[in-house]
Amino acid sequence: MDERTKLLEKYSSRVYKNRKEHVIQLENITDQTITANTRAIPGSMTARGCCYAGCKGVVVGPLRDVLVITHGPIGCGFYSWGTRRNKAKAGEDGKNFIPYCFSTDMQESDIVFGGEKKLEKALDEAVEIFHPACIMICSTCPIGLIGDDVQAVAKRTEEKYGITTIGYSCEGYKGVSQSAGHHIANNGLMKYIVGTGDQKPKAKYSVNILGEYNIGGDGWEEERILKRIGYEVVSVFTGDGAYSTIRNSHLADLNLVMCHRSINYIAEMMKTKYGIDWLKVNFIGVGATCKSLRDMAKYFGDPELIARTEEVIQDELASIYDDMEYYKSKLKGKTAGIFVGGSRAHHYQLLLKDLGVETIIAGYEFAHRDDYEGRQVIPFIKEDADNKNIETITVSPDEKLYRERYTPEKLEELRQEIEIDTYDGMIPDMNPGHVVVDDYNYFETDELIKIMKPDIFFSGIKDKYTILKGGTASRQMHSYDYSGPYSGFRGAVLFAKDVTMSLYTNAWAYVTPPWKNTPMLTGTLTENA
Amino acid sequence: MRQVAIYGKGGIGKSTTTQNLTAGLGEMGKKIMIVGCDPKADSTRLVLGGLAQKTVLDTLREEGDDIDLDTVLKVGYAGIKGVESGGPEPGVGCAGRGIITSIGLLERLGAYEADLDYVFYDVLGDVVCGGFAMPIREGKAQEIYIVCSGEMMALYAANNISKGVSKYANTGGVRLGGLICNSRKVDGEAELVAAVAKELGTQMIHFVPRDNAVQKAEINKKTVIDFSPDVPQADEYRTLARKIDGNDMFVVPKPMSIDRLEQILMEHGILD
Repeated sequence: MDERTKLLEKYSSRVYKNRKEHVIQLENITDQTITANTRAIPGSMTARGCCYAGCKGVVVGPLRDVLVITHGPIGCGFYSWGTRRNKAKAGEDGKNFIPYCFSTDMQESDIVFGGEKKLEKALDEAVEIFHPACIMICSTCPIGLIGDDVQAVAKRTEEKYGITTIGYSCEGYKGVSQSAGHHIANNGLMKYIVGTGDQKPKAKYSVNILGEYNIGGDGWEEERILKRIGYEVVSVFTGDGAYSTIRNSHLADLNLVMCHRSINYIAEMMKTKYGIDWLKVNFIGVGATCKSLRDMAKYFGDPELIARTEEVIQDELASIYDDMEYYKSKLKGKTAGIFVGGSRAHHYQLLLKDLGVETIIAGYEFAHRDDYEGRQVIPFIKEDADNKNIETITVSPDEKLYRERYTPEKLEELRQEIEIDTYDGMIPDMNPGHVVVDDYNYFETDELIKIMKPDIFFSGIKDKYTILKGGTASRQMHSYDYSGPYSGFRGAVLFAKDVTMSLYTNAWAYVTPPWKNTPMLTGTLTENA
Repeated sequence: MRQVAIYGKGGIGKSTTTQNLTAGLGEMGKKIMIVGCDPKADSTRLVLGGLAQKTVLDTLREEGDDIDLDTVLKVGYAGIKGVESGGPEPGVGCAGRGIITSIGLLERLGAYEADLDYVFYDVLGDVVCGGFAMPIREGKAQEIYIVCSGEMMALYAANNISKGVSKYANTGGVRLGGLICNSRKVDGEAELVAAVAKELGTQMIHFVPRDNAVQKAEINKKTVIDFSPDVPQADEYRTLARKIDGNDMFVVPKPMSIDRLEQILMEHGILD
């Protein structure tokens, strides 16, 4: 019996019928389908987040000069405050609101009488104190229930202060997971910010980094390498990103996409509206970083740039060689399970591979089929009521700003060598026998660890400690357990160090819990009890 | 203490009927409190003589949680206490949540004194959401009366409200006490309402005829019994009060299908 069968056989027939489509054990890598982006089963203890978490927590929250206010009771704002460790520094303008948590703190009487006035007053205060470059209002569940018109408040605020203000109807209950919030956030950024600036990049080659949230400083490490080669990073969506730079993002030469799921909508729309191509890059992993840098150089096709890229790669590789060799010796032959992000469960497999670790279990909370199987499946994805409920905006080529970077013929030629405007998904980088799980839950996590015995399991805060206490090493990839950066060359070393540390000091594995050797229930036998 | 909730289609005369009926009970010496559960806050105007007291929610909003019961609870005709829960202006916020908040606050403030004989909840229109069902949830009203007339939409609403009642009746103690027909002078009205009541498993507890005495009293901000105690309509409300006071028929309603309801309407109304 294979591992998937063992895992699923414990389910009742109804649950089995649903979950069997979400759990696959790879056989033929080129022809595997998985069901994704559908409703979680009630009671399954899914690890998913909500629509608000996707919009506020993931996509718009990391913008440093934007005052993001949570319109709702205080809990939603509080628990999305600082938990993702998307770092930011104040720029030349001195603006960095990341350490703050702004909320309207809705009380009972605000629910009864409506919260618009309170929101407006909060925005008045916020503008007076903080002078933000831009304001974003993120709605929580009760706002949708009582029907506060956040877009109207945004409009009034914008008229009053001349500050771009965006109201997001990203109530937590929308959609099937945080994925809905990503889409809503993407729509807002595209509608109101991208294309509103006119500051042209100065360097010969310029890029935007999309879907990089600067967790533990990842984005900074990427920028360091890119700048060394000579690229200008116009804007980052959205880790340490800014309204002031995203406005000019449409003037960059190329879009680099890190997290495919959370930002592919903007990549696609910028291609349509401004003609900017996008490259699916991965700066997690030494090999992956080298490949991404080389693909970028190939895209621009400038021999000087290609040479400089090689030069930087060689230098960076030399600087980490000894460390990487050491950690490889410690980690070779280990196995891992990973559930994180909207591309990161894929990205980290490549870094683990660099270190000799094989990823045998992988998946996502909120990905769509294309993140697993590649974008070629998009036309075949069945639309359902849940995804139709999330607005899709369509853009058309901008009359003044649309600029074809390459002719279609030239692009076709480039596509022979590099993936342009597309993404092949996670599964092609995995091997037969590996298990892929969509929308994983607590039961499946526990069972897979029991059945497949990975040496280390990478996921988030929700499951980390139960896994650790079960004796398996576990690291949080949502926050990097307060470490990082893990991207690029130096990040790879830091990651290797952290993983080695976890594996070799797996404290809970040395503890024998009392129920392993003493009975939990004691009793005596008596006659005629 | 009997807790009674009055429901019915919007504009059918719930507030008028409730206040005239409680005036009858008050005259009998009963101690009564009316809790208005309509954002318009017009459920106690007749017993309090048009006194516009502050609503619970307005007070809550302006003064916070620390409210003195006297600021929201006023005493009117025959010692009847009146309180209005109030609510947001139309199109804003959540009126249903307002009712939940308001009733919770009244309980905390001790409005439900042990020596009350009756608490009446006068609830807006249909049971549109959980908030408007608050008065019939566990520990609140045990008896429901639905005000209706022989008009089709009023009976549709009565049937719909019965659905809401049966939902709570199956899990709690709430029961339907009967339909009160507030006549609109429709042909065969009494028979029709009685037939619908029978089909629902309940009774038409009283047929209140249409009479201008009600309008006259209302213009003077009074109940009929208060304004013109000797007119026949005053006796009608006294009868209704006596019937409710002595009512012992409390049922879990059996709401009917739309087809069945329309069939009854055809039999008693149009084919007349």
